[in-house]
Amino acid sequence: MEQALEAHRLHFAFTITFHYIFPQLTMGLALLIVYLKTKALRTGDEHYNRAARFWARIFGINFALGVVTGIPMEFQFGTNWAEFSKTAGGVIGQTLAMEGVFSFFLESSFLGLFLFGEKKLGRIGHWCAAFLVFLGSWLSGYFIVATDAWMQHPVGYSIGPRGEIFLSSFWGLLLNPWALAQYAHTMLGAVQTGCFVMAGIGAFYLLTKRDEAYGRTFVRAGVIVGAIAACLQLFPTGDIQGKQISQNQPATLAAMEGLFETQEGAPLVILGQPDVQHRRLDNPLEVPKMLSFLTYKKWAANVKGLDNFPQDQWPDQIALLYYSYHVMVGLGTVFIAVMVLAVFLLWRRKLYESRWMLWLLMISIPLPYIANTAGWMTAELGRQPWLIYGLMRTAHGVSPRVGAGNVMFTLIGFMGMYTVLAILFLFLVWREIEIGPEPRSGKSRVLPEDAIEPSTAD
Amino acid sequence: METIWFCLVALMIALYVLLDGFDLGAGAIHLLVAKTDQERRQVLASIGPVWDGNEVWLLAAGGTLYFAFPVLYASGFSGFYLPLMMVLWLLILRGTSIEFRNHIKSAVWDPLWDFLFCSSSLLLAVFFGAALGNIVRGVPLDATGYFFEPLWTNFRLGDETGILDWYTILVGVLALAALVMHGSLWVQWKTAGPVSERSARLAGHSWWAIVVGTAVVSAATFQIQPQINANFKAWPWGFIFPALAVAGLAGVKYALAKRDQRKAFLASCAYLTGMLASVVFGVYPMVLPARHPEYSLTVLSAKAGLYGLQIGLIWWAIGMVLAAGYFTYLYRSFAGKVAVDTNSHDPSE
Repeated sequence: MEQALEAHRLHFAFTITFHYIFPQLTMGLALLIVYLKTKALRTGDEHYNRAARFWARIFGINFALGVVTGIPMEFQFGTNWAEFSKTAGGVIGQTLAMEGVFSFFLESSFLGLFLFGEKKLGRIGHWCAAFLVFLGSWLSGYFIVATDAWMQHPVGYSIGPRGEIFLSSFWGLLLNPWALAQYAHTMLGAVQTGCFVMAGIGAFYLLTKRDEAYGRTFVRAGVIVGAIAACLQLFPTGDIQGKQISQNQPATLAAMEGLFETQEGAPLVILGQPDVQHRRLDNPLEVPKMLSFLTYKKWAANVKGLDNFPQDQWPDQIALLYYSYHVMVGLGTVFIAVMVLAVFLLWRRKLYESRWMLWLLMISIPLPYIANTAGWMTAELGRQPWLIYGLMRTAHGVSPRVGAGNVMFTLIGFMGMYTVLAILFLFLVWREIEIGPEPRSGKSRVLPEDAIEPSTAD
Repeated sequence: METIWFCLVALMIALYVLLDGFDLGAGAIHLLVAKTDQERRQVLASIGPVWDGNEVWLLAAGGTLYFAFPVLYASGFSGFYLPLMMVLWLLILRGTSIEFRNHIKSAVWDPLWDFLFCSSSLLLAVFFGAALGNIVRGVPLDATGYFFEPLWTNFRLGDETGILDWYTILVGVLALAALVMHGSLWVQWKTAGPVSERSARLAGHSWWAIVVGTAVVSAATFQIQPQINANFKAWPWGFIFPALAVAGLAGVKYALAKRDQRKAFLASCAYLTGMLASVVFGVYPMVLPARHPEYSLTVLSAKAGLYGLQIGLIWWAIGMVLAAGYFTYLYRSFAGKVAVDTNSHDPSE
């Protein structure tokens, strides 16, 4: 049973981590594409339409992979987490079904029109299609975050006679305060992925001295939007989330911060390796009293350490949780520095010539992916040992009849398949970058404007 | 309330079968009816802008099933663990094949994706049919409300059933034939030239297979699932569903002879709807019949809380009106036959 539990957890963790590579870019990019289309509409400059078409191609590849890797996520609630689904399906099924009904239909219908129908729709119609794709993908994000937020901080429910959890307040579920803060934080993370990718590829064009007009557009859009998102990521959204965790999941906060002992004037740990067995932090590099201040706005405030909680309520992966959190926060700080510096150079009209800054932007492309993944790991590992915080333990949520051998079988299947998908993905995206935004005859077969376009016979 | 949701989930599944059915069918016949690269692009273009939206019906139906009947979702999905995972892999293969094929023009790139697209579509049709067969036949649920079916045991209908036995394989083959016809009629309607003609011929051939298959499967089904007999006896008006299926099947033949491509496709829709509705009508009030009838999951034992179901009805109705709007707009935008002009998308050739 223990072995099956670990396999089920790894199965979900692996498939969702891989899945989230794609939506974080499509959600971020959707916003930036709407920005480019708006520019095109307002200036009438075809340059921005071509820029939007280039990103639509990258978007298309990401979207397709997001769809095919997303379907397994919904299925796995039933296949691997049957007890959880049986108990809580009446609540979280609501948000998951709403995602299908409200966002997937919107997204998939208008993505077809956005990718294939530019000529037919006209300028304003095509802008609308881009906007509706953006709306659909951001709505989708909300329903998923609301689902997770309910597992982090269950609200609006009642417990039935056989232990099943019923929904008792629809708006309570949808407007869960945890969901609002988590959504803002998650979407800003996605926007930063979009911005770093756009700015990074723009920097690549400038550094290789090709398509430089597009390179400047991409870098400019990426760093301006990116700087705003990076700052908002820390404050207020990160700050609010931190407070919510300190109030509702105090054991999680202690584990995230590597705080084994309750302290007044607790320090903020910058670096150090948690030694869970001996309940201490090795090689600590700390800012004195900072944690107390950040959490309670008082230098001497008392912060509860892990010693304050029974060990069976500790998150079971303290070291991994601690590192995930520190990687997320560390990278978030780096993003603010990089983006604000880039905007400063842009303002001084030096950005496009500062090769070191362009290099920095280009090699930063993978970092927001790591930060977003680390952020989700912080949230999900931090929720442990609970599947629904305070209501249901993770160990009690798995499918009772699906054994470790079968889970291992499908996990290996997914690993193999996703490895192939990852290689294909990198290959195809690289090809689009190589082809570039300028319409060149005969290179790409999927320029949206020219793609196989069903049209009326007459 | 639970009966309303039973009907709504059935409706969504039926819409999924009708819509994704034609693009699955188009995939299954892809290698047969389209020989050249240009012809294959025609088939893909006929489903290109809509297949993703069609597949969303599976997700939306799954999500709706999840919140309305969580007990069924948990029990059914974990019990069908292995085949569902394989369905997921096939859906991944199929989606990537459609999306990636046209990115590169090469003698080793397109054929690979064409083959994967065709074989994954074909297998999905069989899997979905077998899944339906499993539900009608009943699964080895026990007092805990769970079961786990291996892929196969001895291919017989005992207590220790597997996903595949002679009956479910039969239903799988019938489903494949039905979707081949459905897809052929769609491709016939949406394309012109040799692709359309070959599709019409294939639809004609599969029609005979379906007539035989429907007769055999129906006869077997009445033997295997006693609830179906009981329901048709209790509510004779239910015979309109099998009648619709028969009328649809006759309509396909008639429209094919008259060369009315649109009507032929619509008649095929009627056939599929009639067949599915007959099954749904036949198993009600069960949502997952068990081999031992006392363990069957019913609409009552599987449903979610009343408040959730009531509030769900409101947003579901709003969402469906919106979705119907998008689909009408989308299909109208891409109405008419697919035109593939090779010169327009590859100027270098």
